[in-house]
Amino acid sequence: MSDHPEVDDHSGTETTGHEWDGIKELNTPLPRWWLTIWLGTIAIALVYMVLMPSWPLPWADTYVKGLRNYSERETFAADMVKLAASRGADQEKLANTALDAVRNDEELFNFAMAAGESAFGDNCATCHGAGGVGAPGYPALVDDVWLWGGSLEDIKTTITHGIRGASDDTRFSQMPAFGTDGMLTVSEINDLVEYVTSLSNRAADGAAIDRAKVLFEDNCAVCHGENGQGDRMQGAPILSDTEWLYGGDREAIRQTITKARFGVMPNWQDRLEPWTIDALAVYVHSLGGGE
Amino acid sequence: MSATGSRNGIGLDVLTVGVVLIGLALVSLFLSANTHDPLMKVHAVIFLGAFTLGIAALAMRIAGGLHFDQSRYEEGVIKAGVIATVFWGIVGFLVGLVIASQLAFPNLLYFDEIGWLNFGRLRPVHTSAVIFAFGGNALMATSFYVVQRTCHARLAGGIWPWFVFWGYQLFIVLAATGYVSGITQSKEYAEPEWHVDIWLTIVWVAYLLVFLGTLWKRKVKHIYVANWFYLSFIVTVAMLHIINNLSIPVGLTESKSYSLFAGVQDAMTQWWYGHNAVGFFLTSGFLGMMYYFIPKRAERPVYSYRLSIVHFWSLIFIYIWAGPHHLHYTALPMWAQTLGMTFSIILWMPSWGGMINGLMTLSGAWDKLRTDPVMRMLVVSVAFYGMSTFEGPVMSIRAVNSLSHYTDWTIGHVHSGALGWVAYVSFGAMYCLVPWLWKRKRLYSNALVEWHFWISTVGIVFYITSMWVSGIMQGLMWRAYNSFGFLEYSFVETVEAMHPYYVIRAAGGGLFLIGAFIMAYNLWRTARGDQRAGENVPDAMPLASAIAPAR
Repeated sequence: MSDHPEVDDHSGTETTGHEWDGIKELNTPLPRWWLTIWLGTIAIALVYMVLMPSWPLPWADTYVKGLRNYSERETFAADMVKLAASRGADQEKLANTALDAVRNDEELFNFAMAAGESAFGDNCATCHGAGGVGAPGYPALVDDVWLWGGSLEDIKTTITHGIRGASDDTRFSQMPAFGTDGMLTVSEINDLVEYVTSLSNRAADGAAIDRAKVLFEDNCAVCHGENGQGDRMQGAPILSDTEWLYGGDREAIRQTITKARFGVMPNWQDRLEPWTIDALAVYVHSLGGGE
Repeated sequence: MSATGSRNGIGLDVLTVGVVLIGLALVSLFLSANTHDPLMKVHAVIFLGAFTLGIAALAMRIAGGLHFDQSRYEEGVIKAGVIATVFWGIVGFLVGLVIASQLAFPNLLYFDEIGWLNFGRLRPVHTSAVIFAFGGNALMATSFYVVQRTCHARLAGGIWPWFVFWGYQLFIVLAATGYVSGITQSKEYAEPEWHVDIWLTIVWVAYLLVFLGTLWKRKVKHIYVANWFYLSFIVTVAMLHIINNLSIPVGLTESKSYSLFAGVQDAMTQWWYGHNAVGFFLTSGFLGMMYYFIPKRAERPVYSYRLSIVHFWSLIFIYIWAGPHHLHYTALPMWAQTLGMTFSIILWMPSWGGMINGLMTLSGAWDKLRTDPVMRMLVVSVAFYGMSTFEGPVMSIRAVNSLSHYTDWTIGHVHSGALGWVAYVSFGAMYCLVPWLWKRKRLYSNALVEWHFWISTVGIVFYITSMWVSGIMQGLMWRAYNSFGFLEYSFVETVEAMHPYYVIRAAGGGLFLIGAFIMAYNLWRTARGDQRAGENVPDAMPLASAIAPAR
């Protein structure tokens, strides 16, 4: 190895004399600004370590607590206490007020709406959509069509116990799978599709409607009503309007009659506090169709 | 054999590779016959096929008369590495574009029945393809090139470098097929299961030995700084990989295993690994690349020897502590969070040492930024390196992290490093290597390099800026409270708000991919020896394959 430092023409700096595959190195000293900032960051870090919990002391089963004696856990607990103090009175008042009286107390109503909107976004919007616009299979909550009732108490019951949920008091009904279970033939189902289509005043095959009249009375009317007006006691949807939970075209109706539907909404009484469910009921009731 | 002469016939290297391949072929035969785990069976068959092909290839090499000319550099395995780098790069960018589009348009490529096309399966394919397949092959190829040239010695180990190369490709295939079929240990950037981890360990130790052996054979007194960085990358990644993947398999014929660590210790081990994968794979390894290709291309001496020593040792000493900043505000003890944060802040200047040395090496050759797009790519990579190694310490500060953590800001930060730094320095190295290795007078086209540079730079800017806006917006929406102390926005509203930025991000990724296709075409034409008519491209430096004399 030849160690022959030479002076670089451009910078006037000496090289180290090393060379690898034609690559040489200048012997430039450390940039002053670089060193200064580095020492500065080290100083900042040391100050931070002195103030905050930093080094572990495993032999004593503890750690250096720092001058500020800061604890994330305690800070969080204090924050929660503060939050509870700031809205605890409103929570209690909401839990102890009859639902239909909430609207009379403007301050309480505003609180319920804020709590309801927040809880709705985190728990309900996943299925019912942001703002409750609904999606196929998940009812819209902004209209006045209600499967199980749209009063404050009806809504509260639905949220508390769910639909086909795990609660003993859950709302429950089951439409038979007429096709899959062999209760009706394919041609009978095709006729019923025409019949159901006609209930909402749409053009349909007249001959099929005539053939299906008896079928509808025998199989469907007991829940959906003779004119398809629905029955909230059983959560049986109205068939004579333009709102369809699973779609109202012929194919969707055929699917529903053939395989039935079995939409599930969880019961929330184990997951949400009673005052939150009250707030949700008030919020959902206010979305547009509350009764 | 003499170090300067040549060797023919079967040596210890061929024997050992043969024994390893035959032994492992028998193990995988046993495994494929005895496993009841269908996923393991797929992998056992892939193993068996690969080892059988390896044995056949070795036999053909022996039949063809092995010839190792010790007076010349080993270049075949580096050529293979260059091809693999470009190939896996395009695969990784393409999968990235697919998953970015899936985030922007969730119904895209979503099939109920084809689970492996879903985001959750494809995401690790993207990250592993880019980091380990593209980045890893770039590091292996360039480290094999640089260590030979700067040690004035042929690669050690005879046939072993080829074992390392093909073994690593096998690891990539096993990892990717595992992810899409559902094999994962759910550790980010360490998803492959135990059997694949063991295979990578074997390959990696072979890689380390080849590298060390070449350093050992060197004909120059000092070890060049690029090799310090490459060596720290190889050694530390071995340590990280082994410790983070310590686990107990459900059974020796089962693909599932459980981590040796539990709870917060597991999380801490994972992010000690995760952050140092960034530090030693994506930083220190690529700094090694930078330290060779920038001075070589600029034909200027490295700016400061002293800075290279100080920033090397400070970088590797400090990086290893920084992992806990990934676990701020979690169950990780507060003291560990403090250490992670403070060491990350101290890390800023050691990281910038590499940037200063890279940029200032151009002093006296700044005109090349205008005339040489390859040089520009290399320099811009260092600029992105500087930007993301400043952004990183800022994001490690707890108060900043409380906003940035779990948001797209992190994704943007990672990509300013991955696209801007890692990919650009690799592209620059590939543009240098192809004419050098294939002995071509010049690149096929400089104009195409210009196109690549500008299209992908616009892509990176799209990507990073959209993720900054989206990430900060996301963080602010998550922490917005109304006057009653309730959350202002539901999660789904924050998702909706990100849609336009996801579209911009996907567009940026698309541009980056187009750039990579342009590069692949240009490199392919260069390797064929074509020269685009009407272009006045400066000659690539002629580099002989004969080993330079000892110094």
